[in-house]
Amino acid sequence: MSRKDPLIIQPLSSEEITAIENEVSHLPFRDAAAIDALKIVQAHRGWVSDESLAAIARLLDMSIEELDAIATFYNLIFRHPVGEKVILFCDSVSCWLMGGDNICDHIRQKLDIDYGGTTADGRYTLLPVTCLGDCDHAPAMMVGDELHHDLTPAAIDQILVKGNHNE
Amino acid sequence: MSDRPLTRNIDPVAGPTWIKTYEANDGYQAVRETIGQRSPADVLDMVRESNLRGRGGAGFPTGMKWSFVPMGKTDGHKYLVCNADEMEPGTFKDRIILEYDPHQLIEGMILSAYTIAADVGYIFIRDEYHVATRRLRQAIAEAEQKGYLGNDILGTGYDFHLYVHVSAGRYICGEETALLNSLEGKRATPRAKPPFPQVSGLFGRPTIVNNVETLCNITHIVGKGPDWFKSLGLGDDSGTKLFGASGKVKRPGCWELPMGTTIGEIIEDHAGGMREGLALKGFLPGGASTDFLLPEHLDLRMDYDTIMQAGSRMGTGTMIIMDDKTCPVAMVRNLEMFFARESCGFCTPCREGLPWIFRILDDIEEGRGMPEDMEVLDRQGRFIGAIGNTHCAHAPGAIEPLSSAIRYFREDFEQHIQGKRCPYAGG
Ligand SMILES: Cc1cc2nc3c(=O)[nH]c(=O)nc-3n(C[C@H](O)[C@H](O)[C@H](O)COP(=O)(O)O)c2cc1C
Ligand code: SF4
Ligand code: FES
Repeated sequence: MSRKDPLIIQPLSSEEITAIENEVSHLPFRDAAAIDALKIVQAHRGWVSDESLAAIARLLDMSIEELDAIATFYNLIFRHPVGEKVILFCDSVSCWLMGGDNICDHIRQKLDIDYGGTTADGRYTLLPVTCLGDCDHAPAMMVGDELHHDLTPAAIDQILVKGNHNE
Repeated sequence: MSDRPLTRNIDPVAGPTWIKTYEANDGYQAVRETIGQRSPADVLDMVRESNLRGRGGAGFPTGMKWSFVPMGKTDGHKYLVCNADEMEPGTFKDRIILEYDPHQLIEGMILSAYTIAADVGYIFIRDEYHVATRRLRQAIAEAEQKGYLGNDILGTGYDFHLYVHVSAGRYICGEETALLNSLEGKRATPRAKPPFPQVSGLFGRPTIVNNVETLCNITHIVGKGPDWFKSLGLGDDSGTKLFGASGKVKRPGCWELPMGTTIGEIIEDHAGGMREGLALKGFLPGGASTDFLLPEHLDLRMDYDTIMQAGSRMGTGTMIIMDDKTCPVAMVRNLEMFFARESCGFCTPCREGLPWIFRILDDIEEGRGMPEDMEVLDRQGRFIGAIGNTHCAHAPGAIEPLSSAIRYFREDFEQHIQGKRCPYAGG
């Protein structure tokens, strides 16, 4: 099959393909854009499906297995659907020293999810992350693109809207 | 002359320093005086003379590192890569520069690239640093517009193109050869050395990888000279350093201080000492992968060799403070959970050994520990911690806080095992 086979290209929009080709143009090899391409697709769709992954692999002249080995190596490439916002909770040492575990328990209870889980309303996914470089304001977390720090249970209640509307 | 060259443009209240203000404060002066004016060899001499040592953790002399890059006519690219992956637990220094003074880094990179005759540069930045990424991109656009970056810089014929590469996660990307694999779009597995990146790095071309803070220092060494730079240090090392303290001190923070400032001054004067009711039990002087030190070490200077002689490493210079109400076993368990999770999986002692160590620590902390567990920790620690038994420095780094905790806080481990519970729990 040629690269232009419409059935194969479908899981990528023309916008995504243009953005990926733009990355390729700066690089000596097509497959060097693998991580950029995965990130571009994730930025458009929230995660990288099997179909998208196969289409990217074809676009970059790689095997699906090769690309999936890369996709699954990196913790910020999502191979499963995630919530509208991903909470990256810092579980590293300075945040732990400052009571991060208790804050995380509060989030888990409030949203009724554990690490790796997504709230029933699809709003949040909770994941652990390595030190966010904000240790003098520990505990810290990202919600989507935003950094929140000096966390307390009260602050969490303000930042996170209730995840489960069925309660 | 400013004694705080790295932070003189940093004022979080005022926001980032953009090019107008940066130039008004003598910014890009070093670039104007150097590109096409001095020879790369002369600049390399300045860096060598300055005794600058890498601020990314290992403290390798920067001038020596650069001197291995082949110079003269080449038939392809040479690369300068800035390591802005900052993920070492307890480290929060590079982000401050990236967010508030991006031009300082860009100027340092132009000067450094010129010295090794690199024509392409990358800033490899972790994904979570969204604000820093935005500001860096804006600052690069400003510098391009002013002719400091791109083709024919300031009409001198020198070309240098600078790009930001945003990572997709994983601590191991900070290891410089893993970083290069990641920049090539691959899994971030460290490479075998030799060949060293200076000879065969990114896409097989000569490459230098330096930390953010290291590259920023170049701006000032070239601008004010190696003698001035050397005079800033109080002990054996030159320059200033971004030091920090986190944990239960009164005022956690990050401060630019002379190299060789004593640990006691950092913890007592700058961080305000321990919070009410707490005492200092120990600390990691420079991030998660450095050995614990004790209150008896407070008089030591923060110098690479001084801290090394005390049995630890200065690492990133950002200290993690442990108070006497925190359980050392639980703290080390947290550290080893991190190291086990962040193993790249390439070699067995690290991939299998670190989770084993984590499980034993978990058992001990939860009251399920056996007396034999201490032997396993000692033996595995010695095996995994020995340089050369693993493919990169990740695993030996993981063992540093563990073996030093056992050395200094062995009683705590034994109390857990004998009493079948954590003596700190509920206290
Ligand atoms: C597991 C591991 C993680 C590292 N992470 C970083 C990092 O996040 N930032 C950094 O500058 N150096 C990091 N380093 C050190 C780099 O490998 C390299 O020594 C450094 O970037 C060189 O720059 P310098 O000479 O300017 O210090 C890490 C090393 C190891 C072994
Ligand atoms: S020591 Fe660990 S991180 Fe380094 S190469 Fe081996 S498995 Fe990977
Ligand atoms: S340890 Fe959590 S931000 Fe550094």
